Amino acid sequence: MPDWLIIRTFWELTVTGLALGSIYALVALGYTLVYGVLRLINFAHSEIFMVGTFGALLASSQFLSIPLLEDGNYPYRTGMTLIIFLVFIMLIAMLFSGIGAVVLERVAYRPLRGNGDAFGAIVLAFLTTFIVSLVFVDQAKINVIIALLATAPISYAYMRFFKQGRKAPRLAFLISAIGASTAISEAVGVWSKHGRDQYQTPRLLEKKTLFTMFGTDVRIDYAIVIVGALLMMTALTLFVNKTRLGRGVRAVAQDAETSRILGVNVDLIIIVTFALGGVMAGGAAMLFTLVYDQTRFNIGFILGVKSFTAAVLGGIGNLKGALLGGLLLGLVENYGSAIFGGQWKDVIAFVVLLVVLMFRPTGLLGESLGKARV
Amino acid sequence: MSEVLLDFNNVTMQFGGVTALNEVSLQIKQGEILGLIGPNGAGKTTCFNVMTGVYAPTLGTVSFEGKNLAKLKRFEITKVGIARTFQNIRLFSEMTALENVMVGADARKKASVGGAILRTSRQRHEEKESRERSMELLQFMGISDRAETAARNLPYGYQRRLEIARALATEPKLLCLDEPAAGFNPAEKEELNELILKIREQGYTVLLIEHDMNVVMKVSDRVAVLDFGQKIADGLPADVRNNPAVIAAYLGVEDNAS
Repeated sequence: MPDWLIIRTFWELTVTGLALGSIYALVALGYTLVYGVLRLINFAHSEIFMVGTFGALLASSQFLSIPLLEDGNYPYRTGMTLIIFLVFIMLIAMLFSGIGAVVLERVAYRPLRGNGDAFGAIVLAFLTTFIVSLVFVDQAKINVIIALLATAPISYAYMRFFKQGRKAPRLAFLISAIGASTAISEAVGVWSKHGRDQYQTPRLLEKKTLFTMFGTDVRIDYAIVIVGALLMMTALTLFVNKTRLGRGVRAVAQDAETSRILGVNVDLIIIVTFALGGVMAGGAAMLFTLVYDQTRFNIGFILGVKSFTAAVLGGIGNLKGALLGGLLLGLVENYGSAIFGGQWKDVIAFVVLLVVLMFRPTGLLGESLGKARV
Repeated sequence: MSEVLLDFNNVTMQFGGVTALNEVSLQIKQGEILGLIGPNGAGKTTCFNVMTGVYAPTLGTVSFEGKNLAKLKRFEITKVGIARTFQNIRLFSEMTALENVMVGADARKKASVGGAILRTSRQRHEEKESRERSMELLQFMGISDRAETAARNLPYGYQRRLEIARALATEPKLLCLDEPAAGFNPAEKEELNELILKIREQGYTVLLIEHDMNVVMKVSDRVAVLDFGQKIADGLPADVRNNPAVIAAYLGVEDNAS
C-alpha cells in the first residue's frame, strides 16, 4: 500500500525534502533578486549554479589536491580539518558563481541597457572575433591574437551602434539570457577536461547519522545543507535590510527611476544584486556537491527550472517567497514521488505550480522585493 | 543673493514634433526662492525634468555652478547638488519614513561593497551618522513621530513632507519642489509656506513649481511664468501679478474659473 509507505517514511521524506528544498531556495534567491531589481528573468542563473559546482570541484580536487579515493577508501576528513575544508570549498564555489554572475551581467545584459557601455562592447567584440576565427583556424593562440587585433575596430562599431540610444526590447534580454545559458554550459561541456561526462567530487564527509528524530535517522550532510542554507539566507536578509547597499537594492527594486534621481548608482546596485544571487547559487552548488558528490556541464538545467519554479511559487521578487517556495517544492516533490512513484516527481512539481498560479497569480506571498523583511 | 546657481540658457526641448520648451532662459540665484508658474501644459514639469537631468535639452544648455548638466549621469546630478520632489508622490512605499530619508543620505556616502559585508568601523560610523542626520531632517519637517511607519501607511500630508525631507537628505544646493501644495487644505498650505521659508533660512535655494497662487505669491522672491513653452514674464511677485500678458495667459483664466 503506497499510503502506508508514505506514513512509514514520512519523516525521512521530510528531511530529504527540506534538504533538496533548501538548495532550490538558495538558487531561487538569485532569480528573485534579479527579477526584483530589473524585472528580468535571468535564465542563465542555472549555469551560474553549475559554475559553482565546478568551483567546488576545483577547490577540493585541485587547490586542496584531494583524490577521489585514498587507499581504496573515500578521503574522509574529520574535526577542524573537515570544517576548514568545507568552508574553503564553499568560499571558492561562491567566488566562482559570484564572479560568474557579475561577468554575465556585464556581457549579456548591460550592453542591452544601452548607454554606450565601453566594457561590454570590448568583450562582445573580442568574443565575436574569437568565435569567427575559431571557424577558420584551430589554434587557440592564433585565435586570441586575431581577436585582440580586431577588438578595437569592432568594439568601436558596437559603441556606435549602442550610442544611438536604442533601448533593447524586453524580449532581447530574454534571448540574451537563453543564449548566455547555452553558451556557458556548452563551453564547460566542450572545453572542460572530461567534457560532457559526469564528474565525481571528492567525498570528504562520512555520511553517517547525526541524530535520530521521530524514528528517522538524520544524515549529517542533510543537516549541514539545511543549516547552511538557513544561515546563508539569514545573512542575505540582514544584508538587504540592514546595510546601505541593501537599502539601495530595495530602493531600486521599488522605483529605479526615483532612486537614480536621489543619487543611487543604479548600475552599481545591479552589479551587487547579481553578485548576491551568484554567491547564494555558489553556496547552493557546494551544498549540492556535498550531498550528491557529482556534477556535470548540464547539471544546472533541471535544478534551475525547479528553482525558478520555487521562486514563482513563493512570489517572484520576494525573498521570503523564495525560501517558502523552495522548501515547499522540495517537500511536495518528495511526498509526491513516494505516493505516485519517482517518475512522477517533476510532474508533481509543475502541477503544484499550475494550481498555485491559477488561484494566486503572484505566488503565495506576492511579488515585491521591497516587501521582503525578516 | 546675486550669484547664479543654475543657468538655463536658451533651452529648447522637443519631443518628436512637439515643442515643450521654446528658447527658455532662466536663472536661479543663490539663496532665492524662485516660483515657476504657468497654466497646465505650459512646460513647467518639462523644465523641471531638464533641470534634473531626466531629459537632455534638444538645444541650449543648462549649467549648474558652471557645470554643464548634459554631461553628467543622472545619479551624478544629485551629487552636484540638485534635489527634487515629485508632483505625484514617489516614495519607496514599503520602506519606513526613516529609511526613505536614509536612501537620500546615502547618496553622499561612498558605497563600498567590502565595507558593507565586513561591517568596518567606518561603515558603522557612517551608518549611524546618516541615521542621525535623517532623524534630524524628519524632526525639521515635523514628521519624526512616524519615523518607523512604512511610507505607504503615512497620512498624505506626511508623505508630501517626507518627500521634501528625503530630497534635503541628499544635501542639495538647489531644492526643486514640484507642486508641493497639491491636495493640501488652506491650513496645511500655510504650514508649508512656513516650512519653505524655514528651508531657505537653512541656506538652500528653492525652485517652486506651484499651481496655487497664494503659496507662490507669498513665498517666492521672484516669479517666472511659462506659457506654451515660452517664458512670458519674470520678476517680483507683485509685478508679475499685474503683468497683462500673465493675466491673459493664466491669472485671468484662473480668476474667471473661481
